[in-house]
Amino acid sequence: MFEFCADPKSLEGARWMVCYLTTGKHLLFYQSFLLVIGLMLVTVPCALAMGFLGALGARSSIAPLRWLGKGYAALVRGVPDIAFFLFVPLALDQGLEWLRHQVKCPDWDAPVRQGNDFVVCSAAKLPLSSSPQWVHETYGIILAVAAFAFVFGAFASHVLSGAMNAVPRAQLETAEAYGMTPRQTTWRILVPQMWIYALPGLSNLWMVLIKATPLLFILGIEDIVYWGRELGGMKTSAYDYPHGDWRLWYFLALLVFYLMLTRVSEIVLSRLTRRLSHGQATMAGEEMRRA
Amino acid sequence: MKTLILSTAALALGAGMALAQDTIRLGTEGAYPPFNLIDDKGEVGGFEREVGDELCKRAELTCEWVTNDWDSIIPNLVSGNYDVIIAGMSITDERDEVIDFTQNYYPPASSAYVAMDEGVDLTGGVVAAQTATIQAGHVAESGATLVEFATPDETVAAVRNGEADAVFADKDYLKPVVEESGGELIFVGEDVQLGGGVGLGLRESDTELKEKFNTAITSMKEDGSLNELLKKWFGEDTVTY
Repeated sequence: MFEFCADPKSLEGARWMVCYLTTGKHLLFYQSFLLVIGLMLVTVPCALAMGFLGALGARSSIAPLRWLGKGYAALVRGVPDIAFFLFVPLALDQGLEWLRHQVKCPDWDAPVRQGNDFVVCSAAKLPLSSSPQWVHETYGIILAVAAFAFVFGAFASHVLSGAMNAVPRAQLETAEAYGMTPRQTTWRILVPQMWIYALPGLSNLWMVLIKATPLLFILGIEDIVYWGRELGGMKTSAYDYPHGDWRLWYFLALLVFYLMLTRVSEIVLSRLTRRLSHGQATMAGEEMRRA
Repeated sequence: MKTLILSTAALALGAGMALAQDTIRLGTEGAYPPFNLIDDKGEVGGFEREVGDELCKRAELTCEWVTNDWDSIIPNLVSGNYDVIIAGMSITDERDEVIDFTQNYYPPASSAYVAMDEGVDLTGGVVAAQTATIQAGHVAESGATLVEFATPDETVAAVRNGEADAVFADKDYLKPVVEESGGELIFVGEDVQLGGGVGLGLRESDTELKEKFNTAITSMKEDGSLNELLKKWFGEDTVTY
């Protein structure tokens, strides 16, 4: 990065440190912070959407939909997360490749499963093995978001259906008395009012989600904890910048980052709570009315 | 409509052309210097990087490097995330049941114990090794208490902070670690011969690719270029072909 970094072995003191902290590897480490934050911001709407569908499904008057909604929440909440993190991306990836295989290579006669191997024709590979590395990485991230949305969606679905049940029955009765259809009641009365009841549970989920990012490395995404471990590990002189076991310092930096992220989240969430409490028949809402 | 069909045909043709120049994806761990490592530019480096690039050149393949956790390196190969494992993986019968190996490009070499002091009990003490390696299997059979770690670096760190009495790993991995520890770490006990050397791991169904790499490895062995690389990365007195 800097000119004086050309020969790392001859550097000392502060210069060594400056060069060390600006190696290409460290830049990847800094990028991974953005990656993690970006991933969270994409995952949350997806997980909320899944949760919302699940919650609406669980309340549906159509029996199969209700079973689907309830089954989804029960299944995912009951099975360890890590099983789903391994299962969802793999199943999704192989499922999509299998579909593409059926469409693109109809005259392929070898079986797709050969012993342990999962073999599709090379035109059906997703992404194509000739596509550049960033396509593979993006694809991996999309699979990761899908896995996170699937798992956290189930928890969100439970929180949201609890919140829907917490909206005072009198509100819905009034809506019905005004002649609203069930659909209108749901969208105009129930959904706008449920958020305040859902918020504590959802904020909990957000906190858990923030800390779940090391699971990403299972899916091949190099997150901050992976880079912290990789950079902090002892380096022999096979590397340009040999050093001892510095994992403690890297993990300390991660600790500070996570605490800061938690603090910022708390501030945002408490503002959101205030906003949503306005005009609600809850204790916080009442207090605001009096003040 | 006609243009639509035409352009689809052109697209399909284009896709077919792209496939003729198929890219082979090489999967490595990137945490096992000097075999493979992520260098300070953030790219894959080490002995296997040079061997892999040369093999691809000789076999006339376009290759791309990817890193993967050691724990899931075989499952991700068989499910098709990459095509070759090139990660200091010793050829063993157990692994051979699941995947295929080329001939070795790194001769069968010794594994060794490293500890903080001379008198540790290697058959009754606590010995660290990396998960799912031949060394871990050997420790488990030796009667010592095995503690496993996900990365090789953590196995050495475990000895330094007293969690384990000794670490058992490839001697070529441990050698620079011992040399640069300033006398803190030493080799103890006898070296042990394990495994059938290091080979490329491939899917069992990929016989054609296996042949291509086998031919390339043979040619590198014959003209001495593999020996040069071995000496460059593992020192003058390393075992060569």
